[in-house]
Amino acid sequence: MSFVTIRAHSWLNSYKITMAQKRKPKLAVWKFASCDGCQLTILDCEDELLTLADKVDISVFLEASRTVKKGPYDISLAEGSITTQHDAERIKKIRKVSKLLIGLGACASAGGIQSLRNFTDVKDFISAVYPSPEYIETLDTSTPFSRHVHVDYELQGCPINKHQLLDVISAFLHGRKPNTTSYSVCIECKRRGNVCVMVAHGIPCMGPVTHAGCSALCPTYNRGCYGCYGPKETPNTASLSSWFKRLGVNEADLVRYFRSYYGNSEHFYKESKIHTKKRD
Amino acid sequence: MKNDKAKIKTIKVDYLARVEGEGALYIKIKGHTVTDVKFKIFEPPRFFEAFLRGRSFCEAPDITARICGICPVAYQMSSSHAMEDAFGIRVDGQLRALRRLLYCGEWIESHALHVYLLHAPDFFGYDDAIQMAKDYPDIVQRGLQLKKTGNEVVILIGGREIHPINVRVGGFYKALTKQELNTLTEKLKRARDIALEAVRWTAEFDYPDFEQDYEFVSLRHPDEYPFNEGKLISNKGLDISVHEYDNHFIEEQVAYTNALHSKLKERGAYFVGPLARFNLNFDRLSPLAKEAAHSAGLSPVCRNPFKSIIVRSVEMVYACDEALRIIGQYEKPEIPAIPFQPIAGTGYGCTEAPRGILYHRYRIDDNGRILDAKIVPPTSQNQKTIENDLWQFIPKYLDLPSEKLKYDCEKAIRNYDPCISCATHFLKLTIDRE
Ligand code: SF4
Ligand code: SF4
Repeated sequence: MSFVTIRAHSWLNSYKITMAQKRKPKLAVWKFASCDGCQLTILDCEDELLTLADKVDISVFLEASRTVKKGPYDISLAEGSITTQHDAERIKKIRKVSKLLIGLGACASAGGIQSLRNFTDVKDFISAVYPSPEYIETLDTSTPFSRHVHVDYELQGCPINKHQLLDVISAFLHGRKPNTTSYSVCIECKRRGNVCVMVAHGIPCMGPVTHAGCSALCPTYNRGCYGCYGPKETPNTASLSSWFKRLGVNEADLVRYFRSYYGNSEHFYKESKIHTKKRD
Repeated sequence: MKNDKAKIKTIKVDYLARVEGEGALYIKIKGHTVTDVKFKIFEPPRFFEAFLRGRSFCEAPDITARICGICPVAYQMSSSHAMEDAFGIRVDGQLRALRRLLYCGEWIESHALHVYLLHAPDFFGYDDAIQMAKDYPDIVQRGLQLKKTGNEVVILIGGREIHPINVRVGGFYKALTKQELNTLTEKLKRARDIALEAVRWTAEFDYPDFEQDYEFVSLRHPDEYPFNEGKLISNKGLDISVHEYDNHFIEEQVAYTNALHSKLKERGAYFVGPLARFNLNFDRLSPLAKEAAHSAGLSPVCRNPFKSIIVRSVEMVYACDEALRIIGQYEKPEIPAIPFQPIAGTGYGCTEAPRGILYHRYRIDDNGRILDAKIVPPTSQNQKTIENDLWQFIPKYLDLPSEKLKYDCEKAIRNYDPCISCATHFLKLTIDRE
């Protein structure tokens, strides 16, 4: 299994192309295997939606509009993961007609919850769900876009945070880098002045290894983080695992913790593998 | 992926893959006869029922929320209720009220999204609400405000609007204070005014003359408009407890769609969602919502599916009213969740998602692990009815140019709000004329 780390390196270059043009930048929104939540985030920007529609030319956004304008597009936002051959082809076509390709959410950047199929034989899944499995066309795996094409930027979260999304779009419009940070949920948690649920109450919390972006939502609501923003940069997963064990988490449950919304991301995948072996 | 026949035979029709999003429609017309109608869902399957196996019962509300970003609360409510059923516990009093309030928020935001952003543009000939906003800026702005208030309810109680984090089996991780809930009061009052306006506005739309003899199915509670619980009833004699669901409903797989078709064993296609709830529970609406319905010329039984948009608006009035009532009577519960021990067993849960009944069934082992899961979302239950509508609807409009016919068929499908990407403008329509 190989993993690709995405950085915003082509961001400013792409932007220069856009600066030169007079017309409104063309924005396209695409959907792959997903719950629709990340693209719904755009419509959940109730106060900003009409302003956004003023600043960019929303050329494709099938969740919201029948209009489909031809590419090329200055910026493509895509949610979901690749689970069919057809979609593997489709993301390539979208890449070709997009100056910037931005992946939205856990599905786009790690394969999402549906990547749990990667740990088993997908045929068992199909026959568990469908009485006539031969009608169903699907790949054995659910993979992020970066496994198939070059992706310019990935916004993490299941679902993404709408303020971050607006920031990414406005970063594009203003030729700067997005303001998303790479530290952990713990930092946000401390800033918020929460009592640490792990230290104070012994509740397992994925905060130390999880990417910030939610303002430490779960600890604020008295529960442990379950890692829905995926791994932070260089997380110390081994250390967290030993903490969890001290709190009484067994190997099987450790595997579950790492194997959920970001189970297919490099760091969480590796950590879950270690404990699968120990368990077996 | 050819499997051997023997394998197929051994498998029962009791699992459903989560499918939403990408849909297609295929219509075949020979001369003046419609010879084929296929409403297809080709959203790739995501296998939730399969990978829920082996997960802990306490993960179900978080994981099943990810089936749908538009109605995650519905998944959290149905799964929590099913687990509580398995463990023999009941969430009552203020915790129950808080759940109901959370659901009010989801109904408001989901209905406002559908009424203003997805369905209304159809009645005016726009491709989307953004275009519509150029001519009707105030209406679209108010729709967005209404939707925002729904979301604010979900954010406050659930933590965030998509995939809330505060719901758990037994109640919540954190119970809100009265003061916190009071911050919603003024907003909800304004939202209720907008919803009343929505009823008046949608009542004036031009509706096609189209009525069918549907079997409407919804929950029915002894004294409430249904959200989280009740019996399953229909206008054609169904009257069962949620535990009996599997005895009366079956699912069939058809070759051309990735969604299973749901049917009533006795009678076939049925209709779930706002129109069904309204027709079967009109007497449980608040006085204001009833009055709004009457002034819009709407009373049960309404058999015109296009009028679902008025019914959604009436339900928004109700949801605002109900939310205000709950907040008015609220007192912070002593504990955020009732304590329990997971035990082996089977649990059933059915709640009213904005789009209709959402059924969950889980079998749990001694360690609280899920052995198997069955989830039947509203869209799969309405799928057959959607197709039937098209079979009846198209012949009346055969002489229209293909583009116009396509537009009207899309509009007819959107009556059901069959989960967002299907519901919106995602349909690829092929008309074959011979
Ligand atoms: S509660 Fe979780 S996120 Fe907050 S400081 Fe503790 S470990 Fe970190
Ligand atoms: S699971 Fe973690 S990352 Fe996700 S919302 Fe909760 S605290 Fe934030």
